Amino acid sequence: MLAIVLEATAKIGFMFALIMGLVPVLIWAERKGSAFIQDRTGPNRAGVLGIRLAGLIHPIADVIKLLAKEDVVPAMRHKFLYALAPMLVMIVAMSTYAVIPFGDYIMIGGEKIELIVADLEVGMLFVLAIASLGTYGVALGGWASNSKYTFLGSLRATASMISYEITMGLAIMGLFLIFGTFRLTDIVAGQGDLIWGWLPKWGIIVQPLGFLLFIASVYAETNRTPFDMSERDSEIVAGYHTEYSSLKFALFFMAEYAHMVVAAALIAVLFFGGYQIPWLPRPVLEANAGAMLTGGLIAGGIVLGIIAWAFFRRARREKGWYNDAREREPGFLGSVCVVLALVNLGALGLQPWAISELGASLYATFAQIGAFVIKVAFFSWLFIWVRWTVPSFRYDQVMRLGWQIMLPAGLVNLLVTALWVFAVHQP
Amino acid sequence: MSYKGLPDVVTTRRRNLLESAYFTEIARGLAVTGRHLIRNLFNTDKMPTVQYPDQKRDYGPRFRGRHRLTQREDGSPRCVACMMCSTVCPADCIEIIAGEHPDPTIEKYSKEFNIDLLRCVYCGLCEEACPCDAIRMDTGIYEIAAETREAFVVNKDFLLNNDKDGTL
Ligand code: SF4
Ligand code: SF4
Repeated sequence: MLAIVLEATAKIGFMFALIMGLVPVLIWAERKGSAFIQDRTGPNRAGVLGIRLAGLIHPIADVIKLLAKEDVVPAMRHKFLYALAPMLVMIVAMSTYAVIPFGDYIMIGGEKIELIVADLEVGMLFVLAIASLGTYGVALGGWASNSKYTFLGSLRATASMISYEITMGLAIMGLFLIFGTFRLTDIVAGQGDLIWGWLPKWGIIVQPLGFLLFIASVYAETNRTPFDMSERDSEIVAGYHTEYSSLKFALFFMAEYAHMVVAAALIAVLFFGGYQIPWLPRPVLEANAGAMLTGGLIAGGIVLGIIAWAFFRRARREKGWYNDAREREPGFLGSVCVVLALVNLGALGLQPWAISELGASLYATFAQIGAFVIKVAFFSWLFIWVRWTVPSFRYDQVMRLGWQIMLPAGLVNLLVTALWVFAVHQP
Repeated sequence: MSYKGLPDVVTTRRRNLLESAYFTEIARGLAVTGRHLIRNLFNTDKMPTVQYPDQKRDYGPRFRGRHRLTQREDGSPRCVACMMCSTVCPADCIEIIAGEHPDPTIEKYSKEFNIDLLRCVYCGLCEEACPCDAIRMDTGIYEIAAETREAFVVNKDFLLNNDKDGTL
């Protein structure tokens, strides 16, 4: 009993840490990335003792600011629903992660532990059901604030969710036909196969149109550009969270990024093989664990060394720029990199090439978790990248695209997939 | 009427199928923004941003900054309280109280000379109106900050010592 509780707690803790760790990083990436894309410098002021980490301290400063801010609320709000809405949004954003597998399994004390919080039979249906609950948070928040802008924002959010939920469901239906299951662990396991012996059987390979439809509809679901109608500043101020301030606003804000992480995780799990590393299935990983670990440590040491060299060069160049604590930053970061590189190379002394069987299994597990995290981080970044690249659609364009183009395309995709699966399996 | 280099009639081209599929165009857009991102990532100090408090833009010598009152060779203020500047001032922010100068060739001097820097629009008319070159705006100071409104009203002593920075 205790073991089960501990196991569940550890897995929930990992997922929670992944989301909560990625959210501030994404907020930072959004600011800094958008700045670099637009040839600006971006945040670079907040720092602790001159250590600014290229603006990574800013999210912390933001949190302190939002905590300390006055909570201004509209007088004529619906008290209960107004307070409920941000919680609902955040809870929904967090609970979707329960069914997303973040690794294969881990062997602890001879026991095999699946790396998923809840391996539901109907995993993907659970995601769709919970995700559409998120609309309630947005709709209630907009309605309970008793303001025109928030109301328009929540109306738009509801409209786009209704339109794109259907496409989203249709887009992944083909995937379910091919893998024959709703269970996300099985879908990921199925993507470890190779077609014709060399092409990974990833969702994007077997369902290219489904992937495009899915990615477009999750962008609409998460209210990100080019589908950000519900919070478009130039038209309706800040949309549904116009009347929120302080920590309630922070919840909405973080939920947006948590939604992005969940959408990125879904894209990775459904279409990019989840934790699978292409051409390196788990047995291969385990068999070559020693060699790969050794190579990885050496490569890591060299890369860290190069980064440290870049930092030291920068430290020399920046001498005399500021005449305060900030000048010590590159030197300090360079030293940290040197220490890490030495730790990396020092770990070679533990003879990683002669790793035990248990160690090899652990290595394979962590390599796969790493692959999953990298994929999630990449697709989260794609959200930001797209936002700062394309202009938004007009409201009517969003509706036309959803109903007149994506819905029929999803139906055609489903039909073709069904016929193909039928032809393959029923000779 | 036609402009040089511009067509008389602007014709819009229909998007071809690939373009209206939107995804290829997004990919091209991503390439453009990604190029900017990578370029700026590796050349952070070539960015056009001026790191303001640390770096400052150089303004030309004609830049109109905060005023100062000039002095004669012997160190006395040049101002003869002719009221030209306060008359021409469109913001009506110069207050002068005149007094009688002991030297009869000079006749008058300003006992008090206050400028309300919050009302001033930095038009430079006072400087041009002055017959004695007594008021100038060549300090180059543009960061003018104070904590109270009253502190923005600067007096004669302040204007004569122009070695201060922007904080009042
Ligand atoms: S600069 Fe213009 S507004 Fe300011 S004191 Fe001189 S005349 Fe008045
Ligand atoms: S115009 Fe010149 S001399 Fe006349 S009052 Fe103003 S500063 Fe003094």
